[in-house]
Amino acid sequence: MSMQEMASIKFDSKNNLITCQGEWTLAQLPHLENAISQLNDISAHNVTLDGSAVSKIDSAGAWLLTQFLNKISMSDAINHFESFAIPQQKLLDLVTKYRVEADTIPYAKDLSWLEKIGKTSVTYSKDFYSFLAFVGKLGTEFLLTIKNPATFRWKAFMSIIESAGFQALMIIALLSCMIGVVITYQMGLQLKTYGANIFIVDLLGLAILREFAPLITAIMVAGRTGSAFTAQLGTMKLNQEIDALNTMGVSPASLLFLPRVIGLTLVLPLLTMWADIFGIVGGMIMSNNMLDISWADFLNRFHHVVSLRSFLIGIGKAPVFALIISAIGCFEGNEVELNADSIGKQTTKSVVLSIFFIIIADAAFSIIFSKLKL
Amino acid sequence: MTQPIIEVKDLKINLGGNWVHDGLSLTVMQGEILAIVGGSGSGKTTLLREMLLLQRPDAGSVKIFNENIMTLNTNDFLKIQQRWGVLFQQNALFSSFTLLENVAFPLHEHTTLSPRTIRELALLKILLVGLPKDSANKYPSELSGGMQKRAGLARAIVLDPELLFLDEPTSGLDPQSAEAFDELVLNLQETLGLTVVMVTHDIDSLWCVTDRVAMLGKGKVLCVDSMPELIKNKNPLIQEFFNGPRGRAVRDIYQQKGK
Repeated sequence: MSMQEMASIKFDSKNNLITCQGEWTLAQLPHLENAISQLNDISAHNVTLDGSAVSKIDSAGAWLLTQFLNKISMSDAINHFESFAIPQQKLLDLVTKYRVEADTIPYAKDLSWLEKIGKTSVTYSKDFYSFLAFVGKLGTEFLLTIKNPATFRWKAFMSIIESAGFQALMIIALLSCMIGVVITYQMGLQLKTYGANIFIVDLLGLAILREFAPLITAIMVAGRTGSAFTAQLGTMKLNQEIDALNTMGVSPASLLFLPRVIGLTLVLPLLTMWADIFGIVGGMIMSNNMLDISWADFLNRFHHVVSLRSFLIGIGKAPVFALIISAIGCFEGNEVELNADSIGKQTTKSVVLSIFFIIIADAAFSIIFSKLKL
Repeated sequence: MTQPIIEVKDLKINLGGNWVHDGLSLTVMQGEILAIVGGSGSGKTTLLREMLLLQRPDAGSVKIFNENIMTLNTNDFLKIQQRWGVLFQQNALFSSFTLLENVAFPLHEHTTLSPRTIRELALLKILLVGLPKDSANKYPSELSGGMQKRAGLARAIVLDPELLFLDEPTSGLDPQSAEAFDELVLNLQETLGLTVVMVTHDIDSLWCVTDRVAMLGKGKVLCVDSMPELIKNKNPLIQEFFNGPRGRAVRDIYQQKGK
């Protein structure tokens, strides 16, 4: 390609002649816009346009020219373009026909604060309503399965146990061990100043068994498995796989949702127990190193001061957390709309909501247990 | 039709143990509409992806605007990329942008124009492809399939490219929309002076839009010719492709029109 010819526009006030030259292309547009803004005092009467020296014009150039002609009110008569080459005339005519001011596009108007509150409330109540409907559907599906156990999807159930349970063992063990170490370190520093080193066993046992193990495990599983549920089901929805199941007379609730919910409800208490063990082990290692409590002392005191009840309370919360995670995960997956944006949005929502409700539920449990003096 | 705009030479590519291209050569001349056809798995889309450098062939060269795109540095390749526009089979509109933002996107990325100018240029393209003005603020998911195709085309031509790639532009459209889309492509090609390379299955499109058709088969280009000439070719693969009941029906219609 040869060097690009510079585009230009000139106005000869003696002859009332506008001359355009060179390549009127997108690349030259900023330069041309500048040149046009410097043209002044063009009277609209009897102005002629000479485009015979325009070597090339594309739709951006044509747009600029028609825009300019419109400004000096020359646009009504299309035959101004006679001096251009025939293909250029065609393009100019086409652009003249379709040119509009961008200001005339109807924009969605901004909502006032009151309207926003109203809209948000309606959206949330609708969401809540469809969540209730979803839970209801799951419930009926569950009852149907109990009535006719042969229809339960064992294969899907097993694969959920594998992916949500077995494959999470390593990370949960590591995480809860760390938590045990951290708690012992922080509390041990305080206890040491009072010479009450041995009480670390009481503190650690209660804290890990009652609160930390169930909570950390549930939050980890919400991030790991809840998001996976949403993403998997969302992709299936996007692919119309869920529609396909519905048309085949296979209920997605029984094939996809129920095994996930039941699987997770079974697996999360087990994972919590696993986290209990490693949390205590982490604490033991730290006590041994920092507080000079031997393994035997630790274990000896442990079963005296930590009751079975603490363990059961911790484990007992897990199925509730599992229901929260799996129901929200499946629900948000089912709510995915038919665009690529939606999966990311729903997945975030699923994890945030799960963790939010896990903590709410945990607080509720604390209040209930303290009222019941457990 | 003076000079070649794309020159593909001796292209070879092995995908999954299969020689999809085995010494394929093809030249596209300036100002023509060339269609690439072939049975499923004949490597049409692969060829398109190689021309766009989305996929590197194992051997051979692809020259676009007289530059070998496989050896170009990033900057020079960017210049080439600004001279072509692509309409993908699934439109590939950005789902989080409105239609206007979608069309304006290349202008924002590659020009220094003012936001107002960009908006007006994008809007002009939206109207040129026959979309209504009030669709400009809609999201792609709110548009019908035919409108999405047009929107994709508007985005493809927004930088006023010299070369336009269309991947199955009429697939998934109803016959009426497909016909209207064909007309639109012809119209734009004429007024904007485009060179168009399209991959298509649509025999109607082949007859009414294209100047030349390249038939792929056995990893090579079997024949490149205008439709009336191509169907006279004795190659059994070509005969099979165009002489099914559908192919014959469409041929008869257009040959009668021709007379």
